[in-house]
Amino acid sequence: MNLQPIWGWFRALHDATGINLTIFYDPFDRARFFDGFLTSIRLMAVCIVCSVVIGVIGAWIQGSRLRVLRLPTQGYIQFFRNTPPLVQLYFFYFAVGAYLRVSAGNGLTTPLVSNFTWAAICLSFWAGAFNVEIFRSGIEAVPRETLEAAESLGYSRLKAYVYVILPLAFRISLPALNNNLVNLIKTTTIAYAIAVPEMLYVANQIWSDELNVPEMMNVLLLIYVGLVGVLVLIMTRIERILRIPGYMP
Amino acid sequence: MITLRTFLMAMVVTLSATAAIPANAQTLDTIKKRGVLIVGTKADYKPFGFRDPSGAIVGFEPDMAKEVADKLGVKLQLEPVVSSNRIQFLQQGKIDLMIATMNDTPERRKIVGIVEPDYYASGVNIMSNKKAALKNWEQIKGQKICGIQGAWYNKYVAETYGAEIVAFTGTTEAQSALLQGNCIGWVYDDTAFAGLLSEPKWAGFEMSLPTIKEEPWGLAVKLEDLDGPWGKFMHDMLVSWHKSGHLIALEKKWHIPPSPYLAELHDKFK
Repeated sequence: MNLQPIWGWFRALHDATGINLTIFYDPFDRARFFDGFLTSIRLMAVCIVCSVVIGVIGAWIQGSRLRVLRLPTQGYIQFFRNTPPLVQLYFFYFAVGAYLRVSAGNGLTTPLVSNFTWAAICLSFWAGAFNVEIFRSGIEAVPRETLEAAESLGYSRLKAYVYVILPLAFRISLPALNNNLVNLIKTTTIAYAIAVPEMLYVANQIWSDELNVPEMMNVLLLIYVGLVGVLVLIMTRIERILRIPGYMP
Repeated sequence: MITLRTFLMAMVVTLSATAAIPANAQTLDTIKKRGVLIVGTKADYKPFGFRDPSGAIVGFEPDMAKEVADKLGVKLQLEPVVSSNRIQFLQQGKIDLMIATMNDTPERRKIVGIVEPDYYASGVNIMSNKKAALKNWEQIKGQKICGIQGAWYNKYVAETYGAEIVAFTGTTEAQSALLQGNCIGWVYDDTAFAGLLSEPKWAGFEMSLPTIKEEPWGLAVKLEDLDGPWGKFMHDMLVSWHKSGHLIALEKKWHIPPSPYLAELHDKFK
């Protein structure tokens, strides 16, 4: 498909009105902004999946009878919930990353973990800590009688958790989870601090080069409103599909 | 659809807010009335603008700012800026004057009032790990090179030499990343490296490439002020600095290697 006329229109828009959207008509800016967009999407997707998995596992451990399991989970939640995500990023990238290095052959060493991976790890654990508490609140809202009924039917603790408690708890947790995931995808922008080339980082580079700050700010705003909108839409869909008519714990 | 309408209204408000540019050009009067001159300088660019052990911002550019404040007979307030926010600070009126190692480029002249003549000049170079053994610019193709967000040459170096620029918000982050080996070199102003390479911390590093893109540095006022009294005042200030050789004296004071650019302008205005 020939997109040249569209790009040309944005160049004409710049000449006519001064609205300078280089991300459409300048091939270099277009390519890097698109890469930034994809990097953001990748980071968001990885973090959403990992943080939900961490939340489910963590909430299960929180209900365990073993203190050896509960205490470290509690420690993890406190660590990630009580520190700002930006501080965590710096901590992992500059403090921990300094020790995780491999030799590159020519006498130089290169980092073992890339900045993208650090951002993904850090943000997943950060949102995961909140998800653990969100799922725990869901689990505790499931009536004790339901668990007893499952146990009397011969379910083990794990099986009862997977087949009975979690499906009900998940439904109760959805609105709170929704909130946290929206927060998470907006927080991925702080990855720019460790030079992960995501959207904010790329936009910053572009407006430094082209000096089109208001245009890029508006582009960023619109894209984030759109992305959060899509996430909320999906989450509401899931909520509606999972609704059990008449069930109100 | 209430939500859609509220959303659209919010967008209109945002768009119109960013489009509104204040049109007053009475900055000189404002400064005199206020009794304080607010100057944006670097605080992470030794020796042009950096923090001394007490936390105060000192250096070549703060000294220039002090001269201006003394001449006006007002107090001086220094506002630390970085490359990616200095132009916005000036446009929004957070600072009256920007002396922040900014290259004078035609694009920037369209949005801020860069006062003639320029006060310094620097080029672009790479401080790299000696083990990387850089001999020419072509060697950085596909390599990770640290940078500073907001520097105009990031795009140039990426486009021309194919380097992968890893840009950080401040020089401290870029320095840590370079020391840790997250990139093989750091692309920045040669004038900044001259100061750094004298420190023992950077013994394993070198500036082995020829300097490219030598460009003058301009100090700036708001675009509306450029032809007004404030812009004229700064123009006269700059001419007198070049004439008296004051900038060359400042260069000596801060142990900066003599710049041919300053010598040339001193001769021109003498």
